[in-house]
Amino acid sequence: MTTVEERNYKVIGTRPIRHDGADKVTGRAIYGIDFHLTGELWGKILRSPHAHANIVRIDTSKAEALPGVRAVITGRDLPVAADMEIDDGETSLNTMHLSNNVMAHRKALYRGHAVAAVAADNQHIAEDALALIEVEYEVLPPVLIGRDAMKPDAPLLHPEQTTKTMAYRFDPGTDTGDKSNVAGRTEMRLGDVDEGFKNADVIVEREFTTNWVHQGYIEAQNATVLWNNDDSIQVWNSSQGTFNQRQLMAEILKHPVSKIRITPQEIGGGFGGKIPVYLEVPAAVLSKKSGRPVKMMMTRAEVFEGTGPASGSQMVCKMGATRDGKITAAYAELVFEAGAFPGSAVGAGAQGMFTTYNIENVLIHAYDVVVNKPKSAAYRSPGTPQTCYAAESVVDELAKKLGIDPLEFRIKNAAREGDRRADGVQHPIMGNTECMEALKATDHYKSDLGGPNRGRGVASGYWGNAGMPASCAVSINPDGTVSLAEGSPDIGGSRVSLAMMTAESFGIPAEDVIPSIKDTDSIGYNGLTAGSSTTLRNGVAIAQVAKQAVDLMRARAARLWETDVDNVDFADGVFFSKAESELKLTFKEMAGKLMETGGPISTAASVAPRGAGPSFSTHMVDVEVDPETGKVEVLKYTAAQDVGVAIHPSYVEGQVQGGAAQGIGWALNEEYFYDGDGRMVNSSYLDYRMPTSLDLPDIDAILVQVPNPDHPFGVRGVAEISIVPPLGALANAIEAAVGVRMQELPMAPHKIVKALWDKESESNGAG
Amino acid sequence: MRPIEYVAPTTVEEAVAALVEKGEAARPLAGGTDILVQLRGGRRAVDRIVDVKKIPELNELSYDPQSGLRVGAAVPCHRIYEDDAIAEAYPGLMDAATLIGGIQIQGRASLGGNLCNAAPSGDSIPALIAHNAIAEVAGPGGRRDVPVEDFCTAPGRTVLGPGEFLVAMRMPAPPANFGASYLRFIPRNEMDIAVAGAGASVVMDGDTVTECRVALASVAPTPVFAEEAGAALVGKAPSDEAIAEAAQAARAAAKPISDMRGTAEYRTHLVGVLTTRALRNAIQRAKEA
Ligand SMILES: Cc1cc2nc3c(=O)[nH]c(=O)nc-3n(C[C@H](O)[C@H](O)[C@H](O)COP(=O)(O)OP(=O)(O)OC[C@H]3O[C@@H](n4cnc5c(N)ncnc54)[C@H](O)[C@@H]3O)c2cc1C
Repeated sequence: MTTVEERNYKVIGTRPIRHDGADKVTGRAIYGIDFHLTGELWGKILRSPHAHANIVRIDTSKAEALPGVRAVITGRDLPVAADMEIDDGETSLNTMHLSNNVMAHRKALYRGHAVAAVAADNQHIAEDALALIEVEYEVLPPVLIGRDAMKPDAPLLHPEQTTKTMAYRFDPGTDTGDKSNVAGRTEMRLGDVDEGFKNADVIVEREFTTNWVHQGYIEAQNATVLWNNDDSIQVWNSSQGTFNQRQLMAEILKHPVSKIRITPQEIGGGFGGKIPVYLEVPAAVLSKKSGRPVKMMMTRAEVFEGTGPASGSQMVCKMGATRDGKITAAYAELVFEAGAFPGSAVGAGAQGMFTTYNIENVLIHAYDVVVNKPKSAAYRSPGTPQTCYAAESVVDELAKKLGIDPLEFRIKNAAREGDRRADGVQHPIMGNTECMEALKATDHYKSDLGGPNRGRGVASGYWGNAGMPASCAVSINPDGTVSLAEGSPDIGGSRVSLAMMTAESFGIPAEDVIPSIKDTDSIGYNGLTAGSSTTLRNGVAIAQVAKQAVDLMRARAARLWETDVDNVDFADGVFFSKAESELKLTFKEMAGKLMETGGPISTAASVAPRGAGPSFSTHMVDVEVDPETGKVEVLKYTAAQDVGVAIHPSYVEGQVQGGAAQGIGWALNEEYFYDGDGRMVNSSYLDYRMPTSLDLPDIDAILVQVPNPDHPFGVRGVAEISIVPPLGALANAIEAAVGVRMQELPMAPHKIVKALWDKESESNGAG
Repeated sequence: MRPIEYVAPTTVEEAVAALVEKGEAARPLAGGTDILVQLRGGRRAVDRIVDVKKIPELNELSYDPQSGLRVGAAVPCHRIYEDDAIAEAYPGLMDAATLIGGIQIQGRASLGGNLCNAAPSGDSIPALIAHNAIAEVAGPGGRRDVPVEDFCTAPGRTVLGPGEFLVAMRMPAPPANFGASYLRFIPRNEMDIAVAGAGASVVMDGDTVTECRVALASVAPTPVFAEEAGAALVGKAPSDEAIAEAAQAARAAAKPISDMRGTAEYRTHLVGVLTTRALRNAIQRAKEA
């Protein structure tokens, strides 16, 4: 495998200004809410005030009679969707559930569940109209916690739901036939855990709880939809995957996919939360009913209560190791709250849980459980931050019990190329130990903590990354620039990364590539801007379109030089004749001669790459805990991550830092705070408590580059893994600082004080 | 949509008339950082907003080392902490004014608005109480004075009667060897509502505390003037034991609830911690004064 240095890239690895930078810093970029159509109406959604209720009756007549109201809809206005599986790439869903989630049919399954929608001449009339809709609810007892929902006498969200079980990864699964809130049960088994625990000298078993958290993107969901007279539907929205959303809309609306066009606008963050459709469907139906375009945008409270946060979980984790520090067995029971409909990320969480380590005996039982909370959605490495928090806490305790430095213990047990994951898959070339070694070499690792009540924690993480299809097209402009058409909404700087790979291929500067993101009618199929796959998969497509274009241009040079195309080569941005060394044309010169040598050149390619290249990362953090208030100050943070090849290092660093920041929030303060009736009481940014800039230290990102051998530019996904290690790293640092093992997230100040009190009364009792 | 009328009187008399005319449906506006948020969030409905910022007296800020400080009810926080003389003489007030919201909020938010909003968590109120502040109220019946500790009556409720509004707050000039401090606890470092807060002021004579006032935020339906906590220190040297006694008295004065911001048990604990720290801070400042 060639290293990054050996590749001698000219553009890749540099830090050009992003192509969309000027528009964004001057406020000219067009986000969904900035897009307008003539005659546009405002839509608003009426949401259930109850966590669990039968919808007995909805009377919309008063709202319809209000002047300025143009349409009112309820769940009845959606074609009853067939109960069939469709694949949205990240989590499994089914159409009936999708339809019921965007607009409740007979039951409200969580507080904030949409039950009706209105389109009116303006937002104020729409709001007034909502107040005129009469809904009669039969309130049912809610079930809010996964373990409670699993009990035989728990209220059932979906009375007909039965448990599907899968015994191993490729098992088609069976249906128990038992009516239950447990939608799915999976087992992952490698070796023999009983035997593994027998061989262990130390065993640690702990229970862990994590709370629901939101992605916290700044731009709320919004959509403008026009259902035209010819039954074509056009959508302008904030999307993490237009082709997927087109498919979801087609299924829910029973509408031909080719009659739906989605044009993505600039997006203000998503982190997985903008994969599903929410407003797009009611806006479409309101548009059909009113004959006018309809615009909708959520309030922040609606975003918290009515979109898809990350699951809360209850977990048991048990690991054993020999005296000399070899982990012999790992067991976990994972209960994930899917929310109102099945499909939590528990499977992905199970897959990532022990994967950083080479463990011969692993057993994981994973449960996907419905509760009266919003349907969970993907959030950066879905499922894995929770499970790695549990695993990394136990790994740390093992190391402590054995008297081995936590980083050394991890290096000793680290998975390497060829080792098997719990699901049996072998690890390809990857930089797991490289990250750990890179951290060991830092000044941070060698530094003194510098005061009392301070502690240092490390934690590692794994995320598999996704492949997914991509399509790109290039056209060569006469001035030697290249227009790049792509179909993946740019969330994390992918325009510039894609432009850089294009530039590298043609031997031109990044500024000479003009990237643009197309609607679903104007470019071939693209997967989600998710799974850390955008740069990876588009890089594969770009390598292909560039090769095709270069070959076509070589033929033109051959025509000019009256030689055979095989005599023309291309390197470092120059076409040259292998026969006569003075015959040379730069890419730019050749681009200027296309019209005279046969006309313009453009090429397109669609790809579906495999070999996404897994991500590994280890983080190290220093904290200071105020033992009187329980407040945790994050003092110093270093994250080492295998990034394959960093196309634009600034944006890769940004991904590493961003994930660490979100992980710090998840670990310390963020949570969905519910009252006993299942009402979220902190659905504002003030009370939800994401970290502000004042709560975060400088986050040092160490980019370890182990190129992905299956990728033309060595790219691996870089965007998600960074949120996996922080939860465990913070828990371990807090333990090191004040000696309490925090088994519940968030590790809020009052819980830390409580843990310190408990510890004190324990030691008093013992003494 | 409920239409709202906006009026901006330039005299106290006009303001009183504008308020009287609409009764409960009229509401004063100073910086607007509370009321606009409440109106937009549907937590308050009014027919008329009476912007009091245009009345010159409400924007006056005057300090005299002999007669003390007078803060117009609409003076924004930044004007207070940017005045070096005031910042030095009223350190508890300074602590509060610099931590309300962030820099943008402090450009608008007034201490008057903070007091009249009457949130149990209002950060300036314990500091005002520690500084012995008197609220000057104008209304249809003329003017009257109310000690700040008697101003708030319930969450969001004050002693202000129909047509009455706050004109200014007065604080006596600090005596020699005076120190004050306000501390709050929030899980983040900015943009949060106090889980608990404690303000304290002391006057020292050598190593003896001769006067002491303690007030608390976020641990009862109104800000709490913990008189017993102050009394516990008066006449004593500020030893660890004496301060612990005062902190204990403050804890006894707290009647917190459990909610998303913290449990009652934790809040009571924080009152002890914050009172101790605020007292130490105030004593240190008194020694340096
Ligand atoms: C982002 C943000 C952060 C915040 N952070 C904090 C914080 O850290 N600590 C804190 O304590 N508060 C905080 N607040 C709340 C608010 O900023 C403060 O309470 C502020 O001091 C209110 O002052 P104002 O001038 O903006 O009041 P306004 O909103 O104008 O008025 C507040 C209330 O007082 C009434 N009122 C105003 N003036 C008078 C008067 N002269 N006479 C009678 N009634 C009057 C109004 O009718 C209204 O009910 C925050 C607010 C925001 C938006």
